[in-house]
Amino acid sequence: MDKRLERILPRVQKPARYTGGEYNAVMKDKAQVDTRVAFCFPDTYEIGMSNLGMRILYGVMNEMDGVWCERVFAPWGDMEEEMRKNNIPLFGLESGDSITNFDIVAFSVGYEMAFPAILNMLDLANIPLHASEREGLTPLVIAGGTAMYNAEPMADFIDIVSLGEGEYVTVELIELHRKARREGWSKHEFLVAASKIKGLYVPSLYDIKYHDDGTIEEIIPLEDAPIQVQKRIVEDMDKSYFPVKTIVPSTEIVQDRVTLELFRGCIRGCRFCQAGYVYRPVRNRGKDLCLEYCIDSCNDSGYQEVTLSSLSTSDYPPLTELCDDLENFCAERHVNLSLPSLRADNFSMELMQRLAKGRKTGLTFAPEAGSQRLRDVINKNVTLDDLLQSCRTAFAGGYSTVKLYFMLGLPTETDEDVLAIADVAARVMHAWRESAQNKQRGIRITVSTSYFVPKPHTAFQWEPQITREEYERRVKLLREAITTKTVTYNWHDGETSFLEAVLARGDRKLGKVLETAWRKGAHLDTWDDYFSLARWEEAFEECGVDPAFYAYRQRERSEVMPWAMIDSGVHTGYLWRERNKAFEGVTTPDCRTNCNACGANCLVGGKCDV
Amino acid sequence: MSKLRLLFIKEAQAAYISHLDLMRTFQRCFPRTELEIKHTQGYHPHPIISIVLPLPVGQSSECELLDFEVTQQSDGSGIAEKLNTGMPAGIRVLECYEVTRPVRELYALQADVTLEYDNGVPAGAAEAIHGLLHRESLIIEKRTKRKELAEVDIAPMILDAAVTEGENALHIDLKVQAQNPGLNPQLIEKAIARELPELMPDFIRVRRKRVLDAEGKDFR
Repeated sequence: MDKRLERILPRVQKPARYTGGEYNAVMKDKAQVDTRVAFCFPDTYEIGMSNLGMRILYGVMNEMDGVWCERVFAPWGDMEEEMRKNNIPLFGLESGDSITNFDIVAFSVGYEMAFPAILNMLDLANIPLHASEREGLTPLVIAGGTAMYNAEPMADFIDIVSLGEGEYVTVELIELHRKARREGWSKHEFLVAASKIKGLYVPSLYDIKYHDDGTIEEIIPLEDAPIQVQKRIVEDMDKSYFPVKTIVPSTEIVQDRVTLELFRGCIRGCRFCQAGYVYRPVRNRGKDLCLEYCIDSCNDSGYQEVTLSSLSTSDYPPLTELCDDLENFCAERHVNLSLPSLRADNFSMELMQRLAKGRKTGLTFAPEAGSQRLRDVINKNVTLDDLLQSCRTAFAGGYSTVKLYFMLGLPTETDEDVLAIADVAARVMHAWRESAQNKQRGIRITVSTSYFVPKPHTAFQWEPQITREEYERRVKLLREAITTKTVTYNWHDGETSFLEAVLARGDRKLGKVLETAWRKGAHLDTWDDYFSLARWEEAFEECGVDPAFYAYRQRERSEVMPWAMIDSGVHTGYLWRERNKAFEGVTTPDCRTNCNACGANCLVGGKCDV
Repeated sequence: MSKLRLLFIKEAQAAYISHLDLMRTFQRCFPRTELEIKHTQGYHPHPIISIVLPLPVGQSSECELLDFEVTQQSDGSGIAEKLNTGMPAGIRVLECYEVTRPVRELYALQADVTLEYDNGVPAGAAEAIHGLLHRESLIIEKRTKRKELAEVDIAPMILDAAVTEGENALHIDLKVQAQNPGLNPQLIEKAIARELPELMPDFIRVRRKRVLDAEGKDFR
């Protein structure tokens, strides 16, 4: 171990995050390696190691001959301070080597609030922040992940954005980079060649022209770069890499269990949900393969808990059969299965009760909106009756904690809709009175509201976020309407969600703001411990950028969106139709009931696997 | 049913794995042995495993002991090899055997304590620290479990200490009482800070070498 590191580790919290050496961490002989990749997650170890995408791509890259992919996470504040004080640049966990001279520095970005952490990590690695300052082929700074469906605020800093699922395109990109290095291409030649690979977006090959009012006039591709870059997907989930032999952290992480991915995509079509649109189309992994992966991963890792993961697990067609098949193994090995999210329907409830095997942890539902009218607007096709029926079943079975998640500020929301949330909570409580077995144990209902952030590539991408003052007014309204002591009300702080809304639909003018805010100390703003809106307000002011322009403005259908060069596979026309249906309060059936012609089927040759 | 004990090394990166995380690491490795670990009864059963003398985070050791119970009959043969197939770097199980001696017979531990002086060992430091560790009484301030500062005399818990000088470092072969009460060898740092502040090293490294019974023989 590095001596300087040894000196500082006793002074930082949870030092095991910074040492590597976990079971299944990939070690390679440097003499056999010609491509060093730093796979960076712009958040802490506990969050990053919980990310399945990161584990998949780590496996994919390390299976390549001559490629050594190492993990890098954002240090917590105490560690960052020690590293800076002792001149220790950011290092890869596997080798302990500084990543400054690695060939490729790749970021997995799932959340806009992680943008400043990317700048901070580049700086900690002594890598110039701006793509234009990095003249050579190495280090090449690339990024992927859901937040990169609008990469424009990060366009100044990233050389190449990888869109969609990275299993294949990452390999193609590394091979091209290897060839470029071998043949001595210039960085520009390499970038132009990369832009010809499907799924790779090279921000520097696009000129953005603005109108006087700040909206975009035109996006001009240079050097024959495609007008629109389409995301990549793995068409056949049975052929997609699954990390059976995956790293087992030696210290507790957020999702400390086997994550078994059953399918990608979602049939539901909730209009606010970015994941629901950009992960289309639905592709299922075969049941027997899931079974095999589950058993092999438990045997290899020793984990005794498995999450059956997807965007909506109860929609996996052979879910009951899979659970039947896993029953013996789970009983023998004391393995528990868990579902990440529950739909409030009978099928999910039965399944959940079966999996819980008497262990009654709390129940969580996300009705998202309080009134049926508003649930129809967002196409969250869950009724109050479904919810109450599910709660009655649960209470009769001995459950006594329910968490309910809602959003405030959804398009068309009125005070009536806000107050309906309090009514839902009251009815859940009433359902408990009717059906609880043992009333002595009491009931705890938690209502949580978040502040709606309109996201790119969704039906609500044109809509304004409600103002922070209005959000706070609605929080107060709801708080005053919830009178019983059994209902606890938690609400999200509005400052983070406001900034998230700015960054989510931002353009390249925000690059300067990001850099300024980072210089003022925005290093790890995904954490409330470190976030400060004041820093950002100063940055907006200094850069002459009005955040309200991005968060609060209603866009016209004709406006050129900053992310217009990015194609998720879903037609913009479809999103607009969904937007109009939302305002009419008309629901759209799920993809299994009826194909709604969103366009994503073209990604799999015409027919989705619903 | 058998009571088994593991002897293992914890060093390098693994020195930073906390006690709780170490327990979890072992729990995940036990299924590899095909042994059925005995669990506590009750609402949330958990495996009965206990680390005999938890090692402070950051220290390394070549003599850690872990006790566990299994539902089968086993003398522990073959278990170490199976556990080692799932361990993080820096943990290696040396032996697994049936428990014959109760933990209370563990009396002392012997550690290598290295005091690193980056700019060279100050003149007379070896003698001064030797003297310090052989005082009749050596008071340090220590946080109690109630988070209050209390004065503790550590001299009675220091059983033996031999100081030798190396390159930019002093090596102390330190024998301390292991339990009831035990002394963390790292705490001599506090004694130096209080009594010989001019001899404070730049870094202290601790490595457990042996655990001993009252006769001074290896405790197993």
